[in-house]
Amino acid sequence: MTDLSKFREETKKWLDENCPPSMRNGADPKIPTDEVWGGRNAKYKNPESKIWLDRMGEKGWTMPTVPKEYGGGGLSKEEVKVLNEEMFFIGAKQPLLSFGIWMLAPVLLEYGTEEQKKLHIPKIIKGQIRWCQGYSEPGSGSDLASLSTKADDIGDHFLVNGQKVWTSYADKADWIFALVRTGPKEPKHDGISFLLIDMATKGVSTKPITLISGKSPFCETFFDNVKVPKENLIGELNSGWTIAKKLLQHERAFISNFGLAAGMGSKRDVVSIAKKHLGEENGKIKNTFYRSEISSHKIKEHAFGLTLKRAGDEGGKASATASMFKLYGTEHNKKRHELMVAASGINGVAWDGDEFEDDDKNLTRAWLRTKGNSLEGGTSEVQLNVISKRVLGLPST
Amino acid sequence: MKLILNEEEQFLRDTAKNFAEERSPITHFRSLRDNNDPILWDKDLWSEMSKLGWPGIMIPEKYGGSNFGISGICVVLQECAKTLTPSPLFATGVLGAFSIKTYGTDEQKEKYLPSIASGDLTVSLAIDESSHHNPYETELSAKKNNNNYLLSGKKVFVIDGASSDLLIVLARTSGNKGDSTGLTLFLIDSNQAGIDKVKLDMADSRNYANINFENVDVPSDNILGDPEAGGEAIDNILDIGRIAISAEMLGNSEAAFETTLDYLKQRKQFGVLIGSFQALQHRAAEMFCEIELTKSSVMAAMRAADEGSNELQRLSSLAKTVAGETLHLVSNEAIQMHGGIGVTDEYDVGFFLKRARVAEQIFGSSKFHTERYANLSGF
Repeated sequence: MTDLSKFREETKKWLDENCPPSMRNGADPKIPTDEVWGGRNAKYKNPESKIWLDRMGEKGWTMPTVPKEYGGGGLSKEEVKVLNEEMFFIGAKQPLLSFGIWMLAPVLLEYGTEEQKKLHIPKIIKGQIRWCQGYSEPGSGSDLASLSTKADDIGDHFLVNGQKVWTSYADKADWIFALVRTGPKEPKHDGISFLLIDMATKGVSTKPITLISGKSPFCETFFDNVKVPKENLIGELNSGWTIAKKLLQHERAFISNFGLAAGMGSKRDVVSIAKKHLGEENGKIKNTFYRSEISSHKIKEHAFGLTLKRAGDEGGKASATASMFKLYGTEHNKKRHELMVAASGINGVAWDGDEFEDDDKNLTRAWLRTKGNSLEGGTSEVQLNVISKRVLGLPST
Repeated sequence: MKLILNEEEQFLRDTAKNFAEERSPITHFRSLRDNNDPILWDKDLWSEMSKLGWPGIMIPEKYGGSNFGISGICVVLQECAKTLTPSPLFATGVLGAFSIKTYGTDEQKEKYLPSIASGDLTVSLAIDESSHHNPYETELSAKKNNNNYLLSGKKVFVIDGASSDLLIVLARTSGNKGDSTGLTLFLIDSNQAGIDKVKLDMADSRNYANINFENVDVPSDNILGDPEAGGEAIDNILDIGRIAISAEMLGNSEAAFETTLDYLKQRKQFGVLIGSFQALQHRAAEMFCEIELTKSSVMAAMRAADEGSNELQRLSSLAKTVAGETLHLVSNEAIQMHGGIGVTDEYDVGFFLKRARVAEQIFGSSKFHTERYANLSGF
């Protein structure tokens, strides 16, 4: 028996013994499900969510390729493939959603000191500490490098003052990884540092942001004379922009995968909505104006899906096209929601109350939420800039 | 279904690319047009293409072809379209070869396929009868007369119709205009008595004709496929043709875009390269994305055709729609971004616009196929 098939046997056996019944195929639909983000204040509706997280965290299998000395699984790529296959086979849930896993840990592995890695990565892997990301500021959106939240060196620690915005789940997170200004404003990229801050520190406060669609995970995060130990600096002082760019790559890869999966697999279907609200004749949407617009859109989405498939078949080497996927994934999602809202008539703009069905009211909120898709993680215009310059080689002004 | 070219297809593509660039740059097309060439393609060039085996790409080996399928011929057409290479490859090598190899009797295959593969016989498919593509609207009648049929009526916009040796004609043997049933395909020598070909002068300066049939006497042995089942056959033949023309349109789009991109990097106004203007950059980036979508659509459709997928019809309509809309956009933007020289006859970019609008009409516009896509998708 090869090592890999031995590993498969062991993994199968371990999963069989350790993956709780409600965390896999055939789970009782009456048992409530959790969105597991871990952290100091995590609450679980289903105790098995916690058991599954703890067991997977203990194995290091929430980050299976990370070396064991940092709490990871220490698995090879081939072994990870086997693990994923065996988890897929029994329909095992992902035990942990985590910005720590998706964004911070890869950066710590590359830029952190030995102490920093040993201190933070195991807690990320076990889901003990929940992280959030402090990048954007009220005055620094697309032009992120103009940020002005400052960290002054006052001897044995930094003193942080300023404000971050669009910090997802800041009100629930234990720690934040933030970009702060430690150097001069000009040149703006050269005065930025990458700092880890405990959200429980005195002077840190958060305020949730209500969106046009209603409640959201986004927050504003304020720093008022927050003392941050020197050892929380990652990488060199004033070299945070390099780290930030690296982290943004992890973020974009994540958003386009996540966004596309969400968009493509959405339960809402523009055709069934149109048939319901506009009527159906011989299996066709009765209103020919809507019908042709919907068909045009469906064709575009189909062609886009084929393009994703082609990129996969090409081995995903065309990283330059990541911007195209972000652009089209989000723009198509917006367009599809516009069509669903229009096809629903007044039901498509229902907000609240018992006169409308939940499906209608949820659609209204979902439609409004899509407006953020082409803003977060780099606006559509930024993606067009990237394509123009990096793919097409067009000159700068 | 892998959406990448295999080694053989890459080889075909590279060969075609070199051939088009060296043997038929756009100046070749321009000189045919300027000289009012009667058939608007060059016989010597066609014989070179034939020596490379291109007319036989879709033809089985036993009849002298190489059997590389629709994917093989699509990559060649795409490359040739980049330099607007005029040739009978589409009408003969795709429509003629596919129709006869798929629906012909053994005798018909023996008779026609080897001479198609060698480039000696050219073929045209005669379908449409009015300004808009719609094969079921066929009225040209074929009336039984003993063991023969008498064909009368008119076909329009027949590709290569001014010169082809053999015609494949869709005729009505029963039923009424608009019926998908009652249609039959006939193989007819284009020089037969009662046939009158009128060459068309179209914006793209390619070979087309309107063809009148007056009591053209055709033996029943010349029926292609089953009598009365021509509606089904023609749908299938047209889908192959739609995919092939989409591959050409993709090549047109790529070339027009590349020329435009080069121009943005050379032309200076206000003391800077115009390619540094964001107003143009974003439109260029959008064109790039649309061309990427077109590549995937064409490739998926040609794979579906070669693999006999039940998605063939939908993907054919998808490819023709996407290729049409992309080429429409790119051909317009190419002119606009070139500025004044873009609207001069001396400059090549206008050729792409003229070719685009004609190609958009071939075998159904984007509107036609958007409607068909909806029908096939169950809404």
